Order: sequence, then structure tokens, then C-alpha cells
Amino acid sequence: MAGSIALDIRYPRISQASQEPWFVRWMLAGLALAFLSLFLLVPLLAVFALALAKGFAVYFAAFNQPDALSAIRLTLLVAALAVPLNLLFGIAAAWALAKFEFRGKNVLTTLIDLPFAISPVISGLVYVLLFGLQGWLGPWLAEHDLKIIFALPGIVLATIFVTFPFVARELIPLMQAQGKEEEEAALALGASGWHIFWRVTLPNIKWGLLYGVILCNARAMGEFGAVSVVSGHVRGVTNTLPLQVEILYNEYNYTAAFAVASLLTLLALVTLLLKRLVEWQSRGELLRTRKPDEGGEME
Amino acid sequence: MSIEVRGVKKTFDSFVALDDVSLEIPSGELVALLGPSGCGKTTLLRIIAGLEVANSGDIFFHGEDATRRGPRERRVGFVFQHYALFRHMTVFENVAFGLRVKPRGERLSEEGIRKKVHEQLKLVQLDWLADRYPAQLSGGQRQRIALARALAVEPKVMLLDEPFGSLDTKVRKELRRWLRKLHDEIHVTSVFVTHDQEEALEVADRVVVMNHGKIIQTGTPEEVYDHPATEFVYQFLGSVNLFHGRVHEGVAQIGGLAVGTPEYRDISDVPAVAYARPHEIEVERIASDSTQIKAVLRKVLSTGPVVRLELQRKDNGELIEVELTRERYGELKLQHGETLFVRPRKLKVYLNQAS
Repeated sequence: MAGSIALDIRYPRISQASQEPWFVRWMLAGLALAFLSLFLLVPLLAVFALALAKGFAVYFAAFNQPDALSAIRLTLLVAALAVPLNLLFGIAAAWALAKFEFRGKNVLTTLIDLPFAISPVISGLVYVLLFGLQGWLGPWLAEHDLKIIFALPGIVLATIFVTFPFVARELIPLMQAQGKEEEEAALALGASGWHIFWRVTLPNIKWGLLYGVILCNARAMGEFGAVSVVSGHVRGVTNTLPLQVEILYNEYNYTAAFAVASLLTLLALVTLLLKRLVEWQSRGELLRTRKPDEGGEME
Repeated sequence: MSIEVRGVKKTFDSFVALDDVSLEIPSGELVALLGPSGCGKTTLLRIIAGLEVANSGDIFFHGEDATRRGPRERRVGFVFQHYALFRHMTVFENVAFGLRVKPRGERLSEEGIRKKVHEQLKLVQLDWLADRYPAQLSGGQRQRIALARALAVEPKVMLLDEPFGSLDTKVRKELRRWLRKLHDEIHVTSVFVTHDQEEALEVADRVVVMNHGKIIQTGTPEEVYDHPATEFVYQFLGSVNLFHGRVHEGVAQIGGLAVGTPEYRDISDVPAVAYARPHEIEVERIASDSTQIKAVLRKVLSTGPVVRLELQRKDNGELIEVELTRERYGELKLQHGETLFVRPRKLKVYLNQAS
């Protein structure tokens, strides 16, 4: 989850207090490594091993199915719609919460966490209750020939709901820590709201924002529960990659299931790599622009 | 440009930050808003800048009503307590910011901006730091860059919030003198907020003393120091010694001492308090008359240009702080624990209204 703060830069420092005997250190490190291998590395390798079990030809053939291609297209489309929208919502929410005082601020802060607190299945169900045929708006939508549930809009809505907190959660502490003095300074210098946002606020939050977007994207492409409820599993139409994996698996088509799963796994690996890159980049910039004060002497 | 504040009120929830404040600042003056923390001085400064909106009251710039103008239209330079430099921009870009965001018609050419920025940086004597980032500067340097940035857009008014608040003592003093010199050169109407009376008295043309959201006294540093309007001002402007007594028909009886107080001619027998600054108290080793107070020498601080003594009164146990010149201290040859005779040379008497 996105609970961690990405831009917290610390350097490892070995203090006297942590000088344990060598065997204790080896034992702890060994334990951690064994645990990691068993629960992370082995499953990761298993995905690729099973996907490639019948050779590369079968592996690539699995993607050449119309259903698989459709699932890939749909997943990309959903992410392409949900991520930019959540980028906007996330910035707006974080901006409002971090820079302004207003009634109901605490309620809004709590609401932002709601998608994390609630089971994704419920998130999906809510939309079925709202827009489904038996739902509140269902009859009206049917009259006007608008399809939300079991169609692209429903999937996008459910994805937006589930991934909403990623960007906002990443930005709120960052923006709060930065305060609003720089914005006020820009205002007093005659900058318009537009200028202030692009030249002062955005550059200050860009790494946190990128980090949030990467996580948001990973979740948007990988979301299963909420999407499963609203998609209706129409093959070649409303199946995203995770749903496609499930269908193939249920049909005992293991190789194809793991082949598609390997795509999602690759996405996860790319996400981690990007995340690392962002952290590395922002650290470089932090060192340059945020070097700690070296005394108040005037030269 | 002159500034006028008329009947400004500001509350935060139930807290009254400014209670009907009116103030006139003539063009070209350097004015200090002085008061303890929470007295409303920063709020007043922010209201003048337009960063905060008053609940009621008006602000006039050069006789024109500016109450409803936003900070952009007021064209004030604001220097924040923690400088608020744009951390992701170089010093050059920081100073150039105000020039770059001007509407296209008023904006200088790139060459013009470059020239102007270097002019400003030369003014604050930091031209050589143009390519650094704010985090790579010392506190004093940041403060001067913040000033250069505010001055670059040629504001009609400069507002500074605790400009020396987060600097160490030595840098503070240097920067203080430097700011005074700068103001004498460019003569832009300036207001700065401070809680440090020494700073206000040394730098400002006029000092505005505030407390609990109200202006208590306005005057030149000499006026407020020598003729404090209230007990609060007296106490706030330096260390004090407190004596109790009574006022009766123009004469204050403080211990054995009778002080003429013609301003209280019509008062009969009211409790009063009298104050004396540490340097206004005389110390003798031998009693010369009955008006002196007996006190035991408890502590001597002899570092610095003056020697500070702490004495404890024999009658009521209260402490008296005394400042002597080094010469006088040498003459007296005081012993620790010795009983001395003290007498205030000058007393400022206030009626004790509460009782």
C-alpha cells in the first residue's frame, strides 16, 4: 500500500548500539533472506517458470488470442483514463487539505482513506447498486440507452474509486510539511494562481506526485475485486488482465493463465524499478536543493 | 507611499487577534511593530499585505482605499520570517521570479531581467551566489536574498515579518545595521515586526508597541523608552525593578522615598507601583539617609561593559537588579553577602488601578 512516505531520505549509520555479535547478525539476516525467498522470490519465479513451461512459442501464442489482446487493450485504456483523473483529483484534494482551513476538513481527510479501508468487492457493489438495472439510477440510464455497469464506464469508475488515495495520500504530508509560505511569497510577488501552481507548487511536489502516480497505475492495472463485480466478465469485451487470468485458470488453461499473469508480474517489476528511479532522482535533487544549513555565518 | 490602517478588527474563531487597530505610517518611514508573541503584530502586517483579510476596518495606501485589493494589486514587498525562498530555484531565479510573472506588457526582456537581478544581488552584496540554491546559503544570506527578491519588483511598501528572528545574535546585529543603512539609501516605506525591543529601538524611526491585539503606544524610540505610556510598555522595553507605594495629592510615597508626581495631583491615597531600570539605581556601602533600602548582595555578573548586581531586600525579600559601570564597581569594592544601601535615582510611578 501507499502508506510509506517515499521521500524520506536517510543514510544508514552504524551506531555502537547496533554492534551485535556476528552470529546474531548472520542469523537475523539469514532468517530474513529465507523468509523473502520463500514468500516472494519463489512465487515470482514460479509465475515465469509455469508460464514458460511449454516453451516460448506457447507462451507468446497465449497473447495472440483475441480475448487476451482485448484484455490488454482494456487494461491499458482503463489505466489511461483512471490514472490522469486521479492525478487531478489527488492534487486537488491534497492542495485543499494542506493549504486551506475549512469546515469539514477532518471528514474529508478520513474520506480519502475510505477506499483503502473498504473491501474492493464493496467498492464494486456500490456502483452496481447505483447504476445497475435494479439500482437507483438504473431505469433512467436504461431509458437513455446508457450502459455503465458491465461496460467500460463502470470499470473505470470502480478503478478510480479504488485507486483514489494513492496520489492524494502521497501528496498531503508532503504539502503539509512544505506549508504555504512559498505560495504566499509568490502571491506577494504578483504571481497569478496559475503561475503559482506551475512554478512553485508543482515543482515542489513533482517527485511525490510521480511516485503516487506510479503506485496508482500499478493498482489500476492490477485491480481485481472491484472490477470483477462491475465488469460482468464478458469475454473479449469487459475482461481486464486480472480477470482474464482468473478465467483462464478456472478453465485449467494453466500455461495461458500464467503467461498473462507474467505480464502483470512484469508490470510490478517495472513499477518497482521506476519507484527506485524516482527515489534516486529525488534524492539527487534533495541533496542539491535541501542541503542542511551549515551555520548562520555571513561571509 | 504612506499606509493608513483604520479600525481594523480580526478574529480567529473566538480569539481576538486585532481589536480596533488604527495606525498611520508616513511615506518613507521605517516602523517597527513591537510586542510579545500573540499580540497581533504579525496579523496586522499580513492584513496590510493583503495575505489576511480583516473582519472589519480599512487599509489605505497613499490615501487610496486598498481594503478590497488582493496582495497582487497592492504591490507590497513581503519578507517572511523563514524567508520562504523557492527551494527548487537558484538564487538568480528566486530574485527573477517577481519579474517573470508580470503580465506580458509590463515584463522586461530576458536581458533586462538579467540586469535587474544582478543589480538587486549587488545591492544585497551577494552577486556571487547567483547560481546557488537556497539550501546552500547561510541564514543571513537567505535573509538578504529574500530582501533582494522582494525589492526586485520595486514595491511601494516593504513589510518584514520578524526579519532577524531566526538568526544568531552576531548575524542579527550585523544585518540590523545593514537594513537600516539600506533603508537610508532606498527610502521605501517599511514596516517590520519584532518581539525584540532592542531591535525595534535601534533600527526603527518609529516604534508601535502592541499588546493583546491593541496598539498601546506609538512614538520615536526615545519617546517610548523615556516616556512609556503604560506599565506594560515600561516593562516590555527593558529590565525593571518594581516598588510598591501610595500616591496622595501629587506625591508618591515609595518606602521612605517621596517622589513628586504632578500628573496625579487630584488623586488621594491610591496604591501605586513605581519602576526603576537597573541603571537608575544607586548603591552605597554606608547609609547616608533614611530613604535608602537595605539589601544583601547575592550575585555579581561582571562580564560585559556593565556590571550587574542582584540584591535581596532585607524588608520584604524581593530582588533588585542593579547595573553599575565598571569604574563604579571598582570603587565600591563590594563583597559577596554584604549589606548595601540602595536608592532609585529615577522612578516611574503608575497607579495601581486594580485595587
